[in-house]
Amino acid sequence: MLKKLEGSLVALLFAGTAIIGAWWGAHAWLPSLASRHGAGIDAMLKYLLLTTGVLFVTGYVVLAYFIWKGSRRDAIGKRFASRRTERLLAAGLGLTMAAVAEGGVLAIGMPVWSEYFDAAPTADAIEIEVTAQQFMWNVRYPGPDGVFGRTNPTLVDDTANPLGLDRSDPHGKDDVIALNDITVPFGRAVHVRLHSKDVIHSFFLPNFRVKQDAVPGMTPEVIFFPTQTGHFELACAELCGLAHYRMRGTFNVVSQKEFDEWLKKQQ
Amino acid sequence: MEPPRPPAPPPPPAPHHDTRGFVRRYIFSTDHKVIGIQYIVTGLLMAIVGAALASLIRLQLGFPDQQWPLLSKLLPAGYQGGVMLPEFYLAVVTMHGTIMVFFFISYVLVSGFGNYLVPLQVGANDMAFPFLNMLSYWIAFLSAAVLIFSFFVTGGAAAAGWTAYPPLSALAAAVPGSQMGQTLWLLSMALFIASFTMSGLNIVATVLSVRAPGLSMMRLPLTVWSYFVSSILGLLAFPPLTAAAVMLLLDRHFGTSFFLPSGLIVANKLVPATGGSPLLWQHLFWFLGHPEVYVLQLPALGIACDIMPAFTRKPVFGYRASVYCLMAVGCLSMIVWGHHMFVSGMSPFSGEYFSLATMTITVPMTIFGVNMLASLWGAKLDLKSPMLFVCGVIALFGSGGLGGLFLGNATADMQLHDTYFVVGHFHMMIGGVTLLSTFAAIYFWFPKMFGRSMNETLAKAHFWLTFAPFFTIFFMQHFLGLQGAPRRYYAFTAYDYLRHTRGQNLVISLAAFLLVSSQFLFLINFVWSLVKGKVAASNPWRATTLEWTLPSPPPHGNFGTAPVVERWAYEYGVPAPEGDFATQTVPSAAVPVTA
Repeated sequence: MLKKLEGSLVALLFAGTAIIGAWWGAHAWLPSLASRHGAGIDAMLKYLLLTTGVLFVTGYVVLAYFIWKGSRRDAIGKRFASRRTERLLAAGLGLTMAAVAEGGVLAIGMPVWSEYFDAAPTADAIEIEVTAQQFMWNVRYPGPDGVFGRTNPTLVDDTANPLGLDRSDPHGKDDVIALNDITVPFGRAVHVRLHSKDVIHSFFLPNFRVKQDAVPGMTPEVIFFPTQTGHFELACAELCGLAHYRMRGTFNVVSQKEFDEWLKKQQ
Repeated sequence: MEPPRPPAPPPPPAPHHDTRGFVRRYIFSTDHKVIGIQYIVTGLLMAIVGAALASLIRLQLGFPDQQWPLLSKLLPAGYQGGVMLPEFYLAVVTMHGTIMVFFFISYVLVSGFGNYLVPLQVGANDMAFPFLNMLSYWIAFLSAAVLIFSFFVTGGAAAAGWTAYPPLSALAAAVPGSQMGQTLWLLSMALFIASFTMSGLNIVATVLSVRAPGLSMMRLPLTVWSYFVSSILGLLAFPPLTAAAVMLLLDRHFGTSFFLPSGLIVANKLVPATGGSPLLWQHLFWFLGHPEVYVLQLPALGIACDIMPAFTRKPVFGYRASVYCLMAVGCLSMIVWGHHMFVSGMSPFSGEYFSLATMTITVPMTIFGVNMLASLWGAKLDLKSPMLFVCGVIALFGSGGLGGLFLGNATADMQLHDTYFVVGHFHMMIGGVTLLSTFAAIYFWFPKMFGRSMNETLAKAHFWLTFAPFFTIFFMQHFLGLQGAPRRYYAFTAYDYLRHTRGQNLVISLAAFLLVSSQFLFLINFVWSLVKGKVAASNPWRATTLEWTLPSPPPHGNFGTAPVVERWAYEYGVPAPEGDFATQTVPSAAVPVTA
């Protein structure tokens, strides 16, 4: 009697876990979406949440059933399943999972991945250089001439010249520099060239589904297309030291007019 | 419920009388059983440190504005005015990860139970190289001592995460923990790897060369198979990390630039380095790091498979397929390390390859998981404490495995990388599956190790109070990650988009405190049972593998003359004189051999 009760309770633990888990999971959601390729990433995540959610609940309920049933048996059932059953189960479920997993990657994931990485910057893309350092984001715009001025690490001085701009380069004269504040015009692609001065940081825009490590010695680039105006947050997603948790920036998507006014004010 | 049958009297072991003194028998012992227990005890002590660190992490994340004057008194270097210092937080996070992965799970589950079980289950009197085995334990002990010592040096313990990415881990000015603490961390790792390599070599040699007559590879219990595959993986994967650790030490102290590019400016000073690549470390680290998770995971699964039949009273489902799956996973685990680096700046084309390669692991792992689940099919289930923990292993393996589909998929990983989704996922797998399997193993083999049984009521309470909070914590963390919460954050207070996660973090913290405190049930049970536990018979679970043919605890020198193995390890559910099972040594004339 006690044995049966215990079996039921353990079965309930696993079945309950799955149902409460799935219910709760359906309530916790991503930050609001604000980029074009992000819709593809969300589709990928939704596909995975749905398929794995079904498999998760099914698996736990089967486990619960076996426990419930098993604790009520006085003798074992068939000792061996037939070879056929074994093979069918293994091949059937193994291949189903493979289809779910690989299918997701190939059908939904890859096109988004390609869209994101293979995208050539459009002619009107706004080009920005973001140089991460402990614990801030240096932002640079090329200015009216469209060319970034030369930099040289030996010229860097954290207060006077944080990026090590070479003042003798005429291209650098009109460069616009901002700190922790990125402003872009709505309706144009954003092309970010990432640098880091010291350790690895990661450029994470949760709303835009953009995450790219800023690695010293490399210049990874990201290109994406905002679909919303507004003020969003930029977070660091790679451990970079003491104030990693508050290496916060803002990412403002404003109208072209507001952007032009803002840029003029900076010069 | 049937009354436990009196076990057949074990064949009198040829008494291999150990005339050596106490020190050579129990401290600098070459007996694999003693060494196994030494590893297990050391690992459990390290787990207490790791759990204490986890509590500090959760105290900070659950109550970010609270002051703890008492902690300021206890840990003056880590808390100022009752507030945890961010550098101390990072050191705690780093050390928690390092201790749990390398010094708890590796010691207890891989080296500890590996040492204890493999020679017994292959019918050998000791490891193939007993002296090497002793050396391996004492180097491991030294490695743990060095790591603990690093808390007390200037700058505190290493703070660059258990993955120790340079330049953060390479430059003393980058974070306080990258002063002496990081050097000791690397030294401790190098010692750990040396010891782990010796122990892995021993397991491989033992399985290959000193199996009892009649024990063919396809008659080995899955436990032995899993240790065999995991040890081969360890031997292949660890050397690159050794190389990387040496290179990082050179970068730190001898002016090389393996991982440091030119033009670095730290603390407003130009670093005189040229031409190195931070990504090189990541490749070397994860070339070890990914197989390493299988080094920990496979023994956990193998043990779960072998404990199950004693409580289902029927053979495991699909033994052969499971063996092939272990081999396949072993091979595949060596070629998927890049899925840790999708957003690292590595070529996006490699990202596509690593995605597809990673997903192929779902095939053998699903088959293995389904075989575990199907082993319960038609079972006459006896829910003793080891079996409860095995049910937990199956459950966590399922949910953790499904989480892997998100992270192995480069497109989904772009959002989830380095968020709490990752934390939740790997805690389910190399935290939970291994932890629950370790508990299952301890409850199951304790009678064999010490000749006494653990208290069953406490053990069951321990299961309930472990599984429920564990699942709550790490399941919720997946969704915290989906909401965009990055890992290794000292607090989530600086961001508006994370403000609403405060309640979730509080719930997670409370569950974590429950989880940590319920482990006292285990510790009390462990210590109390050592002294006062009910005296155990030689085969209390009516199990079939070779260790159960010996008295509890087995004498020094195990079997004396090698046992003759007549059958596979899963002869359950057969009519036999002893009941419904036959140990592997029962002659085929007495009970027919079914596999």
